[in-house]
Amino acid sequence: MSVVLRLENLGKAFRLGELDRKDFFRDWKRKLFTHEAPEDDASLFWALRDISFDVQEGEVVGLLGRNGAGKSTLLKIVSQITAPTRGCVKMKGRIASLLELGTGFHPDLTGRDNIFLNGVILGMTRREIASKLDEIIEFSGVEAFIDTPVKRYSVGMRVRLAFAVAAHLEAELLLVDEVLAVGDSVFQQRCLGKIGDVARSGRTVLFVSHSTATVEALCTRGVVLVDGRCEFDGTATQAIEYYGTSREVRETDLSKRTDRSGDGSIRITAVELRNARGQVIPAARAGDAVEVGLHYVRNAATILPGLAVDLMVTSHLGTPIFLQANWLGGVEFGDLPERGVFVCSIPKLPLPVGHFHMGFELRTRIRSKEIIDGIENAFELHVEPGDFFGTGKLPELRNGVCLVPGEWTLRPVDTATLQPKEAVVTP
Amino acid sequence: MKESPADGSVAVESLQDDEAWTRVLRPGRSLFSIPWRELWRYRDLVWLLTVRDVSTSYHQTVLGPAWFILQPLMVTVVFSYLFGRMANFQSDGIPHYLFYMGGLVPWLFFSESVNKNANVFVQNAQLFSKVYFPQLAVPIAGVLTNLVPMAVQFGLFLIGLIYYLVIGDPWTKPTWWILATPLLFVQLGALGLGIGCAVSALSRRFRDLAYGVKIGMQLLMFGSAIVFPLSRVKDPADRLLFFLNPVVPPIEYFRYAFVGRSLVEPWHLAVSAVVSFAVCYIGLVLFHRAEQDAMDTV
Repeated sequence: MSVVLRLENLGKAFRLGELDRKDFFRDWKRKLFTHEAPEDDASLFWALRDISFDVQEGEVVGLLGRNGAGKSTLLKIVSQITAPTRGCVKMKGRIASLLELGTGFHPDLTGRDNIFLNGVILGMTRREIASKLDEIIEFSGVEAFIDTPVKRYSVGMRVRLAFAVAAHLEAELLLVDEVLAVGDSVFQQRCLGKIGDVARSGRTVLFVSHSTATVEALCTRGVVLVDGRCEFDGTATQAIEYYGTSREVRETDLSKRTDRSGDGSIRITAVELRNARGQVIPAARAGDAVEVGLHYVRNAATILPGLAVDLMVTSHLGTPIFLQANWLGGVEFGDLPERGVFVCSIPKLPLPVGHFHMGFELRTRIRSKEIIDGIENAFELHVEPGDFFGTGKLPELRNGVCLVPGEWTLRPVDTATLQPKEAVVTP
Repeated sequence: MKESPADGSVAVESLQDDEAWTRVLRPGRSLFSIPWRELWRYRDLVWLLTVRDVSTSYHQTVLGPAWFILQPLMVTVVFSYLFGRMANFQSDGIPHYLFYMGGLVPWLFFSESVNKNANVFVQNAQLFSKVYFPQLAVPIAGVLTNLVPMAVQFGLFLIGLIYYLVIGDPWTKPTWWILATPLLFVQLGALGLGIGCAVSALSRRFRDLAYGVKIGMQLLMFGSAIVFPLSRVKDPADRLLFFLNPVVPPIEYFRYAFVGRSLVEPWHLAVSAVVSFAVCYIGLVLFHRAEQDAMDTV
């Protein structure tokens, strides 16, 4: 076994904030006169710091981390899209990076033309594509429309075509972003299955994800990134365990949030998500029992009884999905200790797979306008596939933002009266 | 000076390390390098980008490729009327159609090459931020794309030329120098590519230059003797100034080759060729350096 990818003290800094006139003059002043290293600048944000690890041939490495932990930045550096600020990356063999499906697709070109265009953008030659063209078209399942402009395709067809091209890339090192697994769940399974095939065929894969389930299924090794640092490196299972218990995942720290309202006599300091066994989890599964915990600090000496704690869940587009509150169930908290946790248990999470936002509001009493504390978008709720309906099947987010249980029967109609008959009762 | 990290450029080297790495990415300047080998490896991409641009421009228009013809034709008609008839500018006796078209065909090729490539990073951010390839492929394809309208316009010019030859116009005397015109388009393409790339590279953070270049190209047209013959510029010093504009000698050469009248001299051409290819080289180098961190700032 040999090392195919080596990261040495990799670091990446971004400049914060909008560029304005002042930056222009400061940059030139620095270039011409002072020669100070720009990294001393306080406005630099280090998205990655001092990352070092080796990847052996044939390993499937899952990069775990929350949004903003630096996973995508790392992938972009290795993909050569952006340059490292410090350290270096060494690679062996052909590299294919899939950060997006269908990069460079042109809506006015036909499916066939786009296969070629997308293929050469990903680094294939025209001859290579031509030799695999039939295979790609067959794999995509859009043979009938292959000479139709892509703009007439449905989203699903476009994604399938794009994935078909990507699946036929030949590279020793494959860099994959999980956002690639879009589309319906059948297609996602197929994507992940293909990645699994690639992995088993002895090629090396670097896979970015915040879904522990996917990493567990696919990866042999896991690396956890926290705030741009490599916090854990081990087997996939160990990494998932670590990720599940790491401070960052355990709770979302809200104490420094400034986008909040209210007088502050109570402050919510953190939000956490737990499963039925009381373990803190980074993401919930559709249909599972979950507990949302709101850690609070009481700053005022007394709090009037009748405190209302509202928990709102909105879609990624901001559409309200549901509100859960203590007063809905007629619960009053009474005297509050100085510190504690408001816990809301949801027996069966009615959300499809996707990302949701969770906000809260504390008010002196129901429907009062006096807000004590509130953050509209306090917590990002990730929902992973689960068994809501007991069948393992789930609708998609685009079908609806919530899951509702239901039962289906067939009721015959009396052909003479056209009135429904009693349901067929099976003894 | 040792490495200056946040500068952001990357050296891609093939190292004979103890373990043979095929690619090494590190911060550091690659001051004068242009990734020729990589561009060659991605030649299919350059080709397909060109095909894409050509086949999708004027898509869903009724007239389609006729727009390639209409643009210079209308400009020529307007120029002939405005400058030739109303303002009574001279065209050295050359038929107005040939004079203006002769200037516009090379000029439009050059100016379109600049305009098309002046904003490459911003226009292609979506693509560049998702996949790596030598990004120089995009401006190069942009210039190649312009060859198509240029060829159409050139055909239009030739039709006019044949017409005037057939009616025996005394001022229309093509020379054997027309055989070298492809070189002239190579030079103008290189110059346009270089300027476009330089503007793209320099305007990735502050976009002023991209706006400025639009106005600049309009003004430059008047400084390039498209609408009047250089014989109208009497002062030799002024005329020299015109000839120092690297666009002027090739255009004048074009007129000379096909119509047989121009004041251009070989050394003008030599200077302009040297300047053009130097500008092209500088533009490509700037662009290649900008590639490394363009996606952080666009």
